[in-house]
Amino acid sequence: MSDLRELYQELILDHGRKPRNYRALPDARSADGYNPLCGDEVHVFVKLDGNVVEDVSFQGQGCAISTASASLMTQMLKGKTVTEATELFQTFHDLVTGRKDDEESRNKVGKLVVLLGVRAFPVRVKCATLPWHTLQAALNEKKTPVTTE
Amino acid sequence: MSTLEEVRASSPVAPIDVERVRADFPLLERSVHGKPLVYLDNAASAQKPRVVLERLQRFYTEINSNVHRGVHALSQAATEAYEGARETVRRFLNAGDVSEIVFVRGATEAINLVASSFGRQHVGAGDEVLITTMEHHSNIVPWQLLCESVGAHLTVVPVTDSGQLDLEAYGNLLTERTKLVALVHVSNTLGTVNPVKGMVALAHERDIPVLLDGAQAVPHMKVDLQELDCDFYALSSHKAFGPMGTGVLYGKHKWLESMPPYQGGGEMILSVQLDKSTFREPPGKFEAGTPSVAAAVGFAAALEYLEGFGGFDGIIAHETSLLARATHGLQQIGGVRLFGTSTCKAAVLSFVTDWAHPHDLGTFLDQEGIAVRTGHHCTQPLMKRFGVPATTRASFAFYNSLEEVDTFVRALEASREFFGA
Ligand SMILES: Cc1ncc(COP(=O)(O)O)c(C=O)c1O
Repeated sequence: MSDLRELYQELILDHGRKPRNYRALPDARSADGYNPLCGDEVHVFVKLDGNVVEDVSFQGQGCAISTASASLMTQMLKGKTVTEATELFQTFHDLVTGRKDDEESRNKVGKLVVLLGVRAFPVRVKCATLPWHTLQAALNEKKTPVTTE
Repeated sequence: MSTLEEVRASSPVAPIDVERVRADFPLLERSVHGKPLVYLDNAASAQKPRVVLERLQRFYTEINSNVHRGVHALSQAATEAYEGARETVRRFLNAGDVSEIVFVRGATEAINLVASSFGRQHVGAGDEVLITTMEHHSNIVPWQLLCESVGAHLTVVPVTDSGQLDLEAYGNLLTERTKLVALVHVSNTLGTVNPVKGMVALAHERDIPVLLDGAQAVPHMKVDLQELDCDFYALSSHKAFGPMGTGVLYGKHKWLESMPPYQGGGEMILSVQLDKSTFREPPGKFEAGTPSVAAAVGFAAALEYLEGFGGFDGIIAHETSLLARATHGLQQIGGVRLFGTSTCKAAVLSFVTDWAHPHDLGTFLDQEGIAVRTGHHCTQPLMKRFGVPATTRASFAFYNSLEEVDTFVRALEASREFFGA
């Protein structure tokens, strides 16, 4: 597969075109993320039931990579504890930034592996991680927007 | 002959010989991702002809030393080269006097200089600075900072659907409170060439001075400062085929003379005592510290290179064909929305497609060796005006060929298939 096809796998194009959980969640924790490089923005909403992610959604304008990453993120997080969500992000982050690449990590992130094509495109790594950083900010009720800087 | 309209209206002018021109630009020979480079990001920064690179090399191998400081031979040679570059800039822009040419880091610093110095002197509480919706951030933020600190207001000329300034609104926005108009000559995002000569005249009827941001005009057309009659003109060397790190603020002598210094330091003083200093006459007063001497000298080489074409007519004729072919090609594809459709525009195409986000398109084109810019192009208010967060921008220079336009259009078509539209 060419690097480009690896980057834009069918699952990514599909989620990029038809993002899942693309809506606002009233009364949820939320945070904003910006990529000043391209003007993209993402708003992540997360509702907790105790320590468990009861619902999570997003809105915003972004490229296929960031939209697909946000969409897949929302699908994977429902029902996870905050600690599990944070661990998942950490593992995903280690994988996309190339810090790690082992079987165990890949298994752990499940279908997020489709996003690993960004490793051949260093400037696009931030597109994939922005929604996750924004989720972290929402969980921590951080009021200042997240940026990719 | 100078303006785009004039050249286009006149009988056909022979376009320049692109193949010969391309041979002057070493970087254009390289490939990217195994494909020949197609460089369509000229509005961000232009490539440099060999004569510029050689001039830089010669400066550093033969006369490198500081300016205005030494009695030794090298310092004198460097000073002569630097002041010679100032004269070249004056001649190229047809400024009235060499003392009106201030070397700065680039267009951004030129505008900041005027905002800090002229702005603080002439703009007060309740006053207005008039800008437009199509300004580059560098011609917005300095005025916001100024207005905030002195209690003035920023007023804004709106942009029409075709990407032109609303001139009727402009007339109405020139009030007795307006202390300065700051306006882009050629839009980096839309390509629109604004009718600045008339706009300057209208402001002057009300004694309002005008700053023009010429960053995108200088590489594409003859700029005659005495004819434009603007009060300030800002430009960057690197967008006009010169080195990075230098640029020019032109200011009419009557303003520069009375404006306070922008930064303090060496070079800009006549004498320094611990309780008070006196300053040099302009331009020296505004050039604190060691300037980017080599870059200024290299910039002069770029301008001399442009002068070698004997005027801009041939360049404009060629860039007009590039623009026409690219516009036609994009329209043929379908599903492309163009921003900036003024009949008077430089060879810049900003667009969105209905099959890919600009960022994704940029990555796709890059794999084909095609360099375009994607994003907001430092014009977020303009993006908001058109209701998009980002566009893809292809911006051409005279060394781009018609074949490159075709490569670009074909790649766009291929991207449509790739992204599954
Ligand atoms: C219209 C316009 N003005 C100002 C600037 C700022 O130029 P520089 O970054 O060289 O200072 C640019 C650069 O993109 C521009 O296009």
